[in-house]
Amino acid sequence: MTALLPRRVRRLASLAEALLTPHGMDRYLELVDPMLVRREIRGLVTAVRRQTADSVTFTVRPSRAWPGFTAGQYVRVQVEIDGVRRTRCYSPCGSQYDGELEFTAKDLGLVSGHLNRELGVGAVLGLSIPDGTFTLPTPRPDRVLLISGGSGVTPVLAMARTLVAEGHPGEIVFLHYSNGPADALYRTELAQLSARHPGLRIVHAYTHAKTGGDLHGFCSEDHLAKAAPWYRDAEAFVCGPQPLMDSVRALLGEHVHTEEFTAPALTFDTEHAEGQVRFARSGRECANSGKSLLEQAEEAGLSPEHGCRMGICFSCTQLKTAGRVRNAKTGEISGEENEEIQLCISVPVGDVEIHA
Amino acid sequence: MTGLQDRLTPAQVEEFGRELDALRQRVVDDLGQADVDYIHTVIKTQRGLEVAGRALMFAGFFPPAWLAGVTALSLAKILDNMEIGHNVMHGQYDWTRDPALSSQRFEWDIVAPAENWRHSHNYMHHTYTNILDKDRDVGYGILRMDPAQKWHPYYLGNPVYAFLLAFMFEYGVMLHDLEFDRILKGERKWSDNTEILRKMAKKVSRQVGKDYVLFPLLTGPMAPLTFAGNLTANVVRNVWAFSIIFCGHFPGDVESFTEEETAEETRGQWYLRQILGSANITGGPLFHIMSGNLSHQIEHHLFPDIPARRYPEIAPEVRAICEKYGLPYNTGPLHKQLWSVAKKIVKLALPQTSAPRVTVEPDRSLRAA
Repeated sequence: MTALLPRRVRRLASLAEALLTPHGMDRYLELVDPMLVRREIRGLVTAVRRQTADSVTFTVRPSRAWPGFTAGQYVRVQVEIDGVRRTRCYSPCGSQYDGELEFTAKDLGLVSGHLNRELGVGAVLGLSIPDGTFTLPTPRPDRVLLISGGSGVTPVLAMARTLVAEGHPGEIVFLHYSNGPADALYRTELAQLSARHPGLRIVHAYTHAKTGGDLHGFCSEDHLAKAAPWYRDAEAFVCGPQPLMDSVRALLGEHVHTEEFTAPALTFDTEHAEGQVRFARSGRECANSGKSLLEQAEEAGLSPEHGCRMGICFSCTQLKTAGRVRNAKTGEISGEENEEIQLCISVPVGDVEIHA
Repeated sequence: MTGLQDRLTPAQVEEFGRELDALRQRVVDDLGQADVDYIHTVIKTQRGLEVAGRALMFAGFFPPAWLAGVTALSLAKILDNMEIGHNVMHGQYDWTRDPALSSQRFEWDIVAPAENWRHSHNYMHHTYTNILDKDRDVGYGILRMDPAQKWHPYYLGNPVYAFLLAFMFEYGVMLHDLEFDRILKGERKWSDNTEILRKMAKKVSRQVGKDYVLFPLLTGPMAPLTFAGNLTANVVRNVWAFSIIFCGHFPGDVESFTEEETAEETRGQWYLRQILGSANITGGPLFHIMSGNLSHQIEHHLFPDIPARRYPEIAPEVRAICEKYGLPYNTGPLHKQLWSVAKKIVKLALPQTSAPRVTVEPDRSLRAA
């Protein structure tokens, strides 16, 4: 009987879709409760807390379409600010076996600032399916070295919590860099986690404080040797500011996995660029230089919101109202009217108008 | 007879264009939460009316319930097609980046597939407004709506075709995209329609499927009443949409243009043509919403991508700009505009009406300036 049930539910659902065409069931269900949607993924904020003065930590319960994530991956989170849906990437920092997702956002700009100031329990966020290849290998390595800096703690913490949840039998060292004790994220949680799991050792390094931490100053060979004497044979997972990732990579070479959005090969042709680029909202106009629209907008004196500058985070998404653009990542040309494009990887092909 | 380009001096046209651009910019800069909240309220109301209408059909044996159901469903379809569908598909809410309000993804509760319509309407009609042989909305390729359209005995049926088009307007809008008239003239091949036809077949089967098969069957013994109720709601929507749309471009003094006089238009000249080629309808706030704010056809044609709720707000300014440049601002109550359209339809059924186009003399002092 139970085996028949899903089929019956499916049949009912397709009947409902046929009755509710052309808008579909979600557009009606969401008016009853935004979390009832079946196809879109959304998250209901169930808890909000502040660990440090400039960060917010919140927990969301995902809607039924959420497929689960692998520790280390990121999710595109959507939030509506003054009527506009903004998208940013955040890595869930709980164990991948938890039912709810935990995020921490440091107040760095428009979206994170909004989350810091405005987010409350009961808010509903848009979520994407998780993405990213910064994950733990299977089977798990015996010795795992986790290194994070600042808010880069999030994907690495997800890995630590996942390993603890799995009862990882080997050694785990979690080396976390922060400016000083006042902005060390997850201090208490990390202490509790290591108390529960003896194989996990937490090392706090302060880059801008002389005392109070386990280590002080920027990442060095000495730090690694003190934190994990076996660091040369370990698989290391690093996420943090670029200088941290660079120095770890210099010390460890190919054993390092980094949560760095791998820069795709972008191709720009500045020799044969033609046409005019018009930014409709601001009224600015410039001759197409063949560079990305983000750069051209900046050169025209605009400061559009942006993030990764490599086509991953969708922060620089804007509406293209007319003209054709080439995707610098794929080479694909699209001329669809009123289409959303990512400025950082879109190059005008002739005249283009952007709603910016 | 005043040609399109002799109304204002080139310098005046440019200044006029700049004033309208500045007006548009002010509205665009002000877009925000209030606009999103508004359209969400309209959508919620529309979905509520639709659900109520469908539910009342289950009590269709009780005549007041049937009537209330038909009313709710008619209103839902009108809101869906006009204030929501037409406006969302113009890209009025694309700036919100909400997929449910995206011009490229929205689909409406009418047999005409959104994608086909977007091309014929947003591009052909809004770019070439009232240019004969270019704007296919002039008579929908069926009617003679302009004395410059060559008379043919076929047009003796003008009033009959208009009557039929009003009742079956959603099919008119859909078939419009096949461009039969251009196929007859040899400007278009039947095979160009393969893809369009495929989309139509899919959309029609879904629309007909829910309104005339599934919902009637669901109400069991009331099936014939539900069928009749849904048919009535669709017809009410058809007649209403036809009336509003025909009042937008075809009342008596609205002008039409030739390809020659509109060649190489500047932005200012384009604005000018939109004003001369459109007509407003006066009414209260509820009337404006139910017309999808197409009662502000002039403002809509000037700024098709600004949320329609802003049109009433900017209308006094547009009107003042028109007065300043001695331009007509065609407006009137629904009955007056409809009567004017009806007279035109009857008059143009007959051949002898090739009188010169009625135009308003521009203000001499302004032209001299």
